[in-house]
Formats: sequence, structure tokens, C-alpha cells
Amino acid sequence: MKRTNLILLMLAVLLAVLPLLLPVAEHLDEPFAGADGQAEAAIVEAYPGYEPWFQPFWEPPSDEIESLLFSLQAALGAGLLGYYLGLRRGQSQGRVKDRPDAGD
Amino acid sequence: MHIMEGFLPPVHAAVWTLTSAPFLVAGVRSLTRILKENPQAKLLLATSGAFAFVLSALKIPSVTGSCSHPTGTGLGAVLFGPSVMAVLGAIVLLFQALLLAHGGITTLGANVFSMAIVGPWVAYGVFRGIRGMGGSLAIAVFFAAMLGNVATYMVTAGQIALAFPDPASGYGGALIKFISIFAVTQIPLAVIEGLLTVIVINLLNQYSRSELIGLRFLPGEAK
Repeated sequence: MKRTNLILLMLAVLLAVLPLLLPVAEHLDEPFAGADGQAEAAIVEAYPGYEPWFQPFWEPPSDEIESLLFSLQAALGAGLLGYYLGLRRGQSQGRVKDRPDAGD
Repeated sequence: MHIMEGFLPPVHAAVWTLTSAPFLVAGVRSLTRILKENPQAKLLLATSGAFAFVLSALKIPSVTGSCSHPTGTGLGAVLFGPSVMAVLGAIVLLFQALLLAHGGITTLGANVFSMAIVGPWVAYGVFRGIRGMGGSLAIAVFFAAMLGNVATYMVTAGQIALAFPDPASGYGGALIKFISIFAVTQIPLAVIEGLLTVIVINLLNQYSRSELIGLRFLPGEAK
């Protein structure tokens, strides 16, 4: 199972890295822009007069702060995920060790 | 799949909010029931939310030369059923709307509908369908997470097309335009989400078997 997971993980990493290595974005004005932003731009292009009728209450004051909050989001999630899996792994090893016929 | 703040006309924003609301109520009920029947599943439930938290924070480059992010809602949908994910997904979207100005309050209903309702329901349906036809756990989980992800982005494209039909080619033209922005970018990301979800299920299968049996995710006698 360990090997299967390693192969799956490598495949996932490969899929994420390949677009950066291939010349897929060279012809673009803004390589690797966000799809959400592109959709917003397409709306404005089709409806040049459209004004968003509501503004966010608060916006990250800079890209640095935005990336801080995004990494915080990922870190919180990854932290809990790692805590859970580590806890259960430890517990399942404990169960094996406590059995009188431990070792098989 | 985040429709930006103020980018849905008020009527659309209101209709999507009203559409999503009953799913959220059902989600809270389902959540209460699951935790009552399976109090020890609390941590796994939080972990499923955490998985969506991580994955929706990762902007990943795609072959279209643009970036997008997975949703991470397929895992919780196959483990706990799709209703619960309406609540967990809404929490993720609310965090991003308030702290990251990503998505918005007025577009929360529409974004909840695509990411926290349609995505998880498609994932759950695909999972049940493939398992019912005798498909393996890994295959079922992979396609569930992957197609749930794609479905979310198709819905987003549809929601924007409905609000902003193309002046020349109408709803159809707008739908194709927004699908080409979202869905094509999303395909490799959906595969990534499928692979990562299978990895987590493999680990759970190894370390949390009794918990999965308790949730009737795996057949067997609960300890």
C-alpha cells in the first residue's frame, strides 16, 4: 500500500509540475493567471458597463498578506489532517503491540 | 469556481442563496444525526473538512496556462454522505470570502451550490454507482472525487452564463466561453484531486478501518 500511495503521489506532483515545464503559457500575456480572474475579465469584456454592486468588507492589503492567509488556510488543514492520520497510525500500532501474539 | 463579490446581479444572488439554504439546513441535521450515532467520527469529520481546506487553498497550474484549485469535497461526500459537505464546504467558502476577498457574501449562495452541494452529490452518486456495479474502492473514490470536482466547475460556468449571456451568441455562447475558461483548466486538477483522495482513503483503510465500518463506508461488523 505504501508503494501504491507513493506512485499516486508522484503522479499527482507530475500533473502539477508538467504545465510549468511545457511551453503552454508562453503565448499568454499573463501566464498562469487564475481562472476565477479570467472569468471576471470575460464578464467585463462582454458587459463593459457592469459594475459589481457589492464590495468585500475587507480585502488583503497586499499580495503578501493574501499569500499569508492562503498558506494559513493550507497549514491549518494539513495540520489537522496530519494529526488525525498520525494519531490513528499510532493507535493501530499500539493495538498490534498489545496483543499477546504480537509480531505477526 | 469562486464567483467574485458583486459579480452576480442581485436577483441571481438571491435565487442561488435561496436554493442553497435548504441544503444547508439538511446538512446541519445530517451532521447532528451522524455525530449522535457515531460520536467517535467527530475527528474524521473535522479531517474531511480539513482536506477541503487544504485543497481549496492550493492554486495549481494547468495545461491551459492558467491556474485553478481543487475543491476537496469528494472525500467527505463519500465518507459521510453529500449533505454534510454543504456545511463543511460553506465554512471553507465563508472563510475565503471574509478573509481573502475570494468569492463573496453576495455570491456565497451560488458558490455553495456549485462546490458544497452539486460537487459532493455528483461525487456521492458516482461512488455509489461504481461500487454498485462492483468497481473497486480505489476506482470508485478516484472517479467520485474527480467528477465531483469537474461538476463544480461546470455549474460555476453555467451560473455565470445565466447571469451574463453573450451579447452576440446568447446563453449557449456564454456557456461555452465560461466552460472553456473553467472546465478545461480543471481536468488535470480534477485528476490530481482524485489521486490525492484515493491516497487518503488508502491511509484511512489501513489505520481507521473500524471507523470506516462504523460509518458503513466499508462492509463488516463494527467493533
